[in-house]
Amino acid sequence: MTGRPPTIVACPDGPLLVRGDAELETPEGEPIDRHGRNTVALCRCGASAIKPFCDGTHKMTGFRSED
Amino acid sequence: MGEAILTALGRGIREAGESLGDLERMTHDAITRSDDIIRDDDLQVALLVLHGLHYGGVVDADDAWEWHPSLVASRVAIERAFEAELRRQVPVPDLPNPSAADVAAALFELTKPTPGPSASRYLARKATEEQLKEYVVLRSVYTLKEADAQTWGIPRLPRRAKAALMEIQTDEYGDGDPERMHSAIFARAMRGLGLDDGYAAYLDSVPAVTIASFTMMTMFGLNRSLRGAMAGHFSAYEMTSSIPNRFIAQGVRRLGFGDDVAWYFDEHVEADAVHEQIAGRDLAGGLVEAEPSLLADVMWGANTSLTVDGWGSDEALEHWEAGRSALRVPLDMTGGIR
Ligand code: FES
Repeated sequence: MTGRPPTIVACPDGPLLVRGDAELETPEGEPIDRHGRNTVALCRCGASAIKPFCDGTHKMTGFRSED
Repeated sequence: MGEAILTALGRGIREAGESLGDLERMTHDAITRSDDIIRDDDLQVALLVLHGLHYGGVVDADDAWEWHPSLVASRVAIERAFEAELRRQVPVPDLPNPSAADVAAALFELTKPTPGPSASRYLARKATEEQLKEYVVLRSVYTLKEADAQTWGIPRLPRRAKAALMEIQTDEYGDGDPERMHSAIFARAMRGLGLDDGYAAYLDSVPAVTIASFTMMTMFGLNRSLRGAMAGHFSAYEMTSSIPNRFIAQGVRRLGFGDDVAWYFDEHVEADAVHEQIAGRDLAGGLVEAEPSLLADVMWGANTSLTVDGWGSDEALEHWEAGRSALRVPLDMTGGIR
């Protein structure tokens, strides 16, 4: 952990980029393995095959975040 | 040319003196004779060997050769001709406004996935085990040194771009775990396929255009004047990684290989979906905001990645579909070690 407050960047037409000490949990409160990564990308298009992480599929489906 | 350099390196540097006039002349002649340095097997191997003196672990030579004036002169001469040829063959794409958001959007547009045949789709569905191995051999020229080329560029970048590149590189180098370093995961995949993971084990089998993909990125990293191209190239590389790697992981499993081989490709699906966002906005975009004069080189660098890497994988696909080896020497004819 980095001791850095979490920040979330909403990437246009893409994922949410999460930096810093954010704990990722399942609805049951089980920790989600970040695979050692300090920065992770969370899918917000719904199409990823490795949810909650982004796998780039948003680029194939033409997802628009409209933000 | 490559042979002459290897012969020179085989001698002790102390006997060599300050100048190897013959070698510099031969380099000059080889450049003049070449009609297309991007596809010139001899000059590409020569440049790879000269770059290898900076990386280490490519050829067995005295460390002091790295900065021998004649070898540096040969390297720079080949690089200048190579860069000029790349600028002739790879156009600068349309330029966006020099803001980070517009640069990122333009890079994502330039690199957006295209439907239709590709080497990675072929690997997913049709490739034989032999073809998968060939693919891994081709990829190993860069991937056994994965991320090192861009690391040369770190001190040459302004603040935001530097932090972005560091953020990506930390992940490339395993976030503190040497086992998770991408080059190490790749070496493990090679071993899992029964391949030799020693650098240069298959170098004589790899076509020039594939070597050029690697010497190009090394040149971008080693030359401060090309930092814009480095940032653009790396962004495009990351942006065209997640989806193809998912296909390749499918192919690996279809052919019955396990997680030890698939890990490398799985890892890149997840990692590069992160890296492409950082690279587009903060590395390439951040560099352009700090140094707007580099905009054209950033976009050109992105196009060099798409174009040159595209030539390599299109050629491989063509060979495979025609039932031929994509290597200059098929794997069953190489002993594995040069
Ligand atoms: S946001 Fe990238 S796959 Fe959903």
